[in-house]
Amino acid sequence: MSKHALVIVENGGSNINSVRFALARLGVEATLSDDPDTIARAGRVILPGVGAAGPGMATLREKELVACIRELTQPVLGVCLGMQLLYEHSQEGDTPCLGLLPGEVRHFPEQPGLSVPHMGWNPIRVRDPDNPLLAGLDGRHFYFVHSYAAPVNDACAATSEYGQPFCASARKGNFFATQFHPEKSAAAGARLLENFIRL
Amino acid sequence: MLARRIIPCLDVAEGKVVKGVRFRDHQVMGDIVELARRYAEEGADELVFYDITASPQGRSVDVGWVERVAREIDIPFCVAGGIRDVESARRVLFSGADKVSINTPALDNPTLITELAEAFGTQCVVVGVDSIRTEQGYQVKQYTGDPEKSRFAHKETLAWIEEAQQRGAGEIVLNCMDTDGVKQGYHIEHLQQARAICRVPLIASGGAGAPEHFRDVFEQAQVDGALAASVFHSASIRIPELKAWLAETGLPIRREAAA
Repeated sequence: MSKHALVIVENGGSNINSVRFALARLGVEATLSDDPDTIARAGRVILPGVGAAGPGMATLREKELVACIRELTQPVLGVCLGMQLLYEHSQEGDTPCLGLLPGEVRHFPEQPGLSVPHMGWNPIRVRDPDNPLLAGLDGRHFYFVHSYAAPVNDACAATSEYGQPFCASARKGNFFATQFHPEKSAAAGARLLENFIRL
Repeated sequence: MLARRIIPCLDVAEGKVVKGVRFRDHQVMGDIVELARRYAEEGADELVFYDITASPQGRSVDVGWVERVAREIDIPFCVAGGIRDVESARRVLFSGADKVSINTPALDNPTLITELAEAFGTQCVVVGVDSIRTEQGYQVKQYTGDPEKSRFAHKETLAWIEEAQQRGAGEIVLNCMDTDGVKQGYHIEHLQQARAICRVPLIASGGAGAPEHFRDVFEQAQVDGALAASVFHSASIRIPELKAWLAETGLPIRREAAA
């Protein structure tokens, strides 16, 4: 891959280095950038993120990246909060998001015996067998850490269960997303990142 | 279904994994990255690194080894010890740790829990609680790493767990000092009490000596994870066999060690 083949959007998330290290283990030196031109020219883009939706969107606006991300046509992977920001709206802080995936991200409903955040390893059920990002990964465990979750709708490519089914991975066109952290999901996560690199 | 987590805990001093009496006579067991990789490959779901020298020496965690671990290890890990403010937590998290665990600093300054949760999200903030039975019920102890400084924090354990959650803790590790080191099983009764009031993930610590102890604490106290150190370090329990056996008992367990 060429120098800026893969750009990680520098959006202040504390998992940026973890994503970078996971790609390095696969032999890919990713570029960190918050420059719209660099991001627009990248072969692939990863939108990471840990934290809350409101500050996450505020960071993208401050860095003038909202239009840039919306117009990307290359493969894009949103991870965790980076996935949630791709939806129309998040209940967290009543935050309008990027609108690239349909629906609203909502808090897990309070249920007896259900700890929130949903933290730990949970298997995924792939709904779309032709989704290249998830090839070979049906039934595998991935590492999740989140309190808000996306809906199971047409854009949902894989589900997982926590009190109820929720969207573990989504896709619409060139926009891919995972609620889990592939960078921390052992061999299954490495396979997913390899799938992304090969898209 | 969410898998129950098996979590080895490694004590770290001067960038090495050590065992022995804390603060004295450290016996070096090996390189952090090598041991961490071994546990990850065997199927550990998460690792906890406890920097046993940072806190008593009043210094922050050396993030050099944190980054070395993050570069090599592809499972989540938590760093405990030596985190007493937002800045030291930030360095650890941006070096690649997934969570920080605070214990004595949270008791000395409970607002630290909220500051960390606001800066990084509650999911990054683990509060470790050392609890011991007394005539006045279960009480929290602090400075437990150092026998000469160890003392009661004058907080009732369950009240402190409740307060820690309200202040923004995203996970509680309850270390039961009555069972710690005895290898006769986790403190089921105390963990059940904690489970009843804990709305965030709860991790059991202290007492693991046999595979049955893991099954019992998962089935009877419904904890999210079980932490152990010596049984894993001594290889008296091996993680692949433990997880295979737990899965046979019907518990949800992640069973895929790295290829």
